[in-house]
Amino acid sequence: MMTDLSSALMICLPELILAVGAMLVLMLGAFGGERSTGAATMFSGAALIAGAFAAALGPHGTLFAGAFHMDQLAAYSKVAIYVASAFAVVMGYGWMNRSNERKFEYPVLILLATLGMSMMVSAGDLISLYISIELQSLALYILAAFQRDDARASEAGLKYFVLGALSSGILLYGISLVYGFAGSMGFTQIAHAIAAGGANHGVVFGLVFLICGVAFKASAAPFHMWTPDVYEGAPTPVVAFVAAAPKLAAMVLFVRTLSMGFFGAHEQWAQVLLVIAVISFVVGAFGGLMQRDVKRLLAYSSIANIGYALLGIAAGTQLGVQAMLVFMVLYMIDVTGFFACLLALARNGRPITQISDLSGLKGSKPGIALAITALSLSVLGMPPFSGFWAKFYVFKSAFDAGLWQIAIAGLVASVVAAFYYLRMIKIMWFDASPAPVDGSPSEARWIAFACALFSFPVVLIALHFLDQSAGLAAASLGLH
Amino acid sequence: MSPQTLVTILVFAPLLGAIVAGLFGRRIGHVPSMAVTTGLLFLSCLIAWINFVANFNGAPKFLVELLPFIQIGDFQSTWSIRVDTLSSVMLVVVTSVSALVHLYSWGYMAEDDSKPRFFAYLSLFTFAMLALVTANDFMQLFFGWEGVGLASYLLIGFWFKKPTANAAAIKAFVVNRVGDFGFALGIMTVFWMFHTIRFDQLFPLIPSMLNKGWDFAGQHWSALDLAGALLFVGAMGKSAQFFLHTWLPDAMEGPTPVSALIHAATMVTAGVYMVCLLSPIYEHAPVARDIVIMIGAITSLFAATVGLAQNDIKRVIAYSTCSQLGYMFIAAGVGAYQAGMFHLFTHAFFKALLFLGAGSVIHAMHHEQDMRAMGALRKKIPVTWAVMMIGTIAITGLGIPEIMGHGLGFAGFYSKDGILEAAYKAGLSNPTANFGFLVGLAVAGLTAFYSWRLIFMTFEGKPKWGAHPHDDHAGHHAQIESHSEPDTHGHDDHGHGHGHTPHESPWVMLVPLLVLSVGAIAAGFVFAPYFIGEDHDAFWRGAIFVSANNHVLNEMELPAWVTWSPLAVSVLGLLVACYFYLLKPELPPRIAAQKGPIWTFLYNKWFFDEIYDFIFVKGAKLLGDLFWKVGDQKLIDGLGPNGFARASLEGGKRVAKVQTGYVYHYAFVMLLGVLGLLSYGIWLAS
Repeated sequence: MMTDLSSALMICLPELILAVGAMLVLMLGAFGGERSTGAATMFSGAALIAGAFAAALGPHGTLFAGAFHMDQLAAYSKVAIYVASAFAVVMGYGWMNRSNERKFEYPVLILLATLGMSMMVSAGDLISLYISIELQSLALYILAAFQRDDARASEAGLKYFVLGALSSGILLYGISLVYGFAGSMGFTQIAHAIAAGGANHGVVFGLVFLICGVAFKASAAPFHMWTPDVYEGAPTPVVAFVAAAPKLAAMVLFVRTLSMGFFGAHEQWAQVLLVIAVISFVVGAFGGLMQRDVKRLLAYSSIANIGYALLGIAAGTQLGVQAMLVFMVLYMIDVTGFFACLLALARNGRPITQISDLSGLKGSKPGIALAITALSLSVLGMPPFSGFWAKFYVFKSAFDAGLWQIAIAGLVASVVAAFYYLRMIKIMWFDASPAPVDGSPSEARWIAFACALFSFPVVLIALHFLDQSAGLAAASLGLH
Repeated sequence: MSPQTLVTILVFAPLLGAIVAGLFGRRIGHVPSMAVTTGLLFLSCLIAWINFVANFNGAPKFLVELLPFIQIGDFQSTWSIRVDTLSSVMLVVVTSVSALVHLYSWGYMAEDDSKPRFFAYLSLFTFAMLALVTANDFMQLFFGWEGVGLASYLLIGFWFKKPTANAAAIKAFVVNRVGDFGFALGIMTVFWMFHTIRFDQLFPLIPSMLNKGWDFAGQHWSALDLAGALLFVGAMGKSAQFFLHTWLPDAMEGPTPVSALIHAATMVTAGVYMVCLLSPIYEHAPVARDIVIMIGAITSLFAATVGLAQNDIKRVIAYSTCSQLGYMFIAAGVGAYQAGMFHLFTHAFFKALLFLGAGSVIHAMHHEQDMRAMGALRKKIPVTWAVMMIGTIAITGLGIPEIMGHGLGFAGFYSKDGILEAAYKAGLSNPTANFGFLVGLAVAGLTAFYSWRLIFMTFEGKPKWGAHPHDDHAGHHAQIESHSEPDTHGHDDHGHGHGHTPHESPWVMLVPLLVLSVGAIAAGFVFAPYFIGEDHDAFWRGAIFVSANNHVLNEMELPAWVTWSPLAVSVLGLLVACYFYLLKPELPPRIAAQKGPIWTFLYNKWFFDEIYDFIFVKGAKLLGDLFWKVGDQKLIDGLGPNGFARASLEGGKRVAKVQTGYVYHYAFVMLLGVLGLLSYGIWLAS
């Protein structure tokens, strides 16, 4: 469909806001130096919020010869991503203040990564897919190594970058194969080609590479190896950002690519995704058992949860996509809350990272202990917390699609994973405290409380709206 | 007030008392809680007698339906109060004995610190018992059944600091579980057959179910017999019949008023009451009735023989109770339900009298229960002696038959002879009933012997209490009743320890004894014509069903030996007791010292506790150990939760080991993943 320039710009207004905003903040920082970090942060936050409003209220349409889709799915994802990014900006600012590393680049990089994600969820052909992924990834690599003088952070960033480059190579290779066999880059045209010629080996070959490349970004096993190291090494607010919004972006990218471009090969990619899903939640569940670092633990937790979310995509139904969207948003809230709790905890100025450091938290920080408890219960899927509803939706859609063996495997894995959440709760509430804990920064505390409150009881009210908008979003793909 | 309102008050007054004393006893104090419970019980008792007299004068039976209880499909249960002759008799028995026991406890429990709790339990028991006897369906019957069981448990273990009391309480509860299991199965059988559990609905249906049953192992089994037998298992548990009797002697660990109320007069007779209430079923279940006779006869013989060799005054009476309950079941089994109820009625008076009298003796002896340490108490506690004599004459059934129409004697005479005569008549056509008759006759002699033995050892002969060494007390602790704090009690609080003169009990204890004495003397003489005599049809008015070919109560010319032999064996028992305990008092200790096989067998109660301990307690422990250590810990836990947990940890270690930190390892895993997925995808596509 053809659109004139002005309406085209209106359709991609959120991205424009972020892009222009990022450049403005960069200018601000370049001229204002470190002193302008506060202003840069505020401006970035405002840009993200404005982008969220633009995405929610703006017009829908397809632009640039099908390379950019703005539909309900994109709008839903963008709002979630922008809000999560805004939280990351706020948390990052507080953290930078405390560690005396005020750098105006932080919000700029967040904005750029968000722009990449925003384009990921709108990508309508393989080129825009690749560019958006790279835009997001490059920003994240830098963010991961943000503490340049910290060896672990540098190591994390480097590992992330090297492995990310490898995955980008795999991705590009897959794209080139698909282009070669399907004869087009656009999802619609690829879909036509598959409909006409069937899912031949060449397309499937390329598609598997493509899936592997995106699975790396979503940190699904067996492409998850970077996750624990990066989570452990990177600064906590960066991890809070990496753990939430990019996951949703990657999942939406998955959904859009696979169902718009490759629905003819559904049988094949669904099976491949199921294998990835099963490996993910098994690795996530078992890998977390031996961890002593909270952030590593959460890395495994996120691997497992990506596995569950993939079940919804593999189901290949509208209900499955809807379940995945609800699941991801609820998970993002939980994980943001978790990292906010970690940010709120420090002992003698050093952030708490070990699980054993949490012992006796109920005495020194009952509020945070309560929040971690609620979030843990939520992530492990205890009713009536939000995580339960998330898992319930996903497993239900898997059951409905006839994937009951996989769903049961997922349930078993989540029982195993319950151990490490429960152990954390046990350590906080029943073990003795070794030493007093520092006072917690207000912004992290409030984000933690808000997320914990959302996991229960707010979710009971919010779920209705969330479910409804996720339903609309899922419907825009035209699945059944 | 209408009779309906009155009986509602009757039933709920004890509950109110229990609530007030139980929940607020600490706040309102000892005397008010005692006064409230006792006062409400006397109110209940008054109403029960009013109701009984009205019923006696021909007031119609009625049913008060209060609230729905459980209503699922055909399973309809309603909280209700059923008043007919049967329940009226029980109401009188329960409330009268209970009221007197409440009163008696003022004196007996005077030194106890937990009086409100004690009185609350007593009242709670009374309420449960009243709910039981007024039930109109099996569910409420079961509620009352369990309610009295609970109260019994609480009261046996009232002195909960005594390990033996706790053990006895648990034993009573567990043994009753066995009976209750049978009872529940019986209720299920009845519901399965009739699709109703309401008595007034199911009794008319019984004639249509006579042939219902099933063929198994080449025989036709009657469903009514099955139901009757299963329900009787419940009665066996509650009424301490053979095999399930072991809890009753141990229940004597409870305070003596409890023994009198629960373990003599009321709760233990619930089984008899149930069999009589379900006479429409048992009349059509000949096999079940034969079982009832057999168990009843064996119980009465067994308990009587054991009673011969016991030295604890309360245990003798406990075995006597067990034996008398056997009598009642013989009566019910031969079809003389009225005689069974009559014996229940008279027995309540004289057995409560004997127990409370024994309590008075124990009180006088400062909580000494061993009869070997008593003797020559007649002069010291004359009133107690007199009432114990009355009770003993009543229980041994002394009386002269065939004068003044019905003969002349104390209460037990009428009811016991009524049972024996009925058993004889039934025995003319039923060999099992004949067995019941012969055993009953023999037991009459044994009863006389051990009852008089008790009297002689306690009240006659030489005093053995004056020089009773102090230390010896401790040696008897297993059998001896002592209050919640045995170490201090009777030494500091009591003000007089051992070696002092026994003293008569206060009036608050003697008055109930005197009232019960009147019952023990006159209950038989006054009520015999109505319960079992020529007026029984007019008295019962259908509350007990008797089939057309059941003639055991009808007038019939009996051979003279049948009429006179009970008296003969009773006198024989008395004479033998005289010989052993009055004329040659040195003989019994010598027999005991020899530890002959018969004496050992009887003294150890036929070794029932040992056998049960070996088979059930040790066996269950062994089985439990097997299931626990092998089945649960090794198999289920080992392969299930623990094994899975171990495997999970191993898996966790593996996953963690793969995570080396080297980028090339990571890349390698990624490429392996790509390779694997690619192979899988291509395999799927081809």
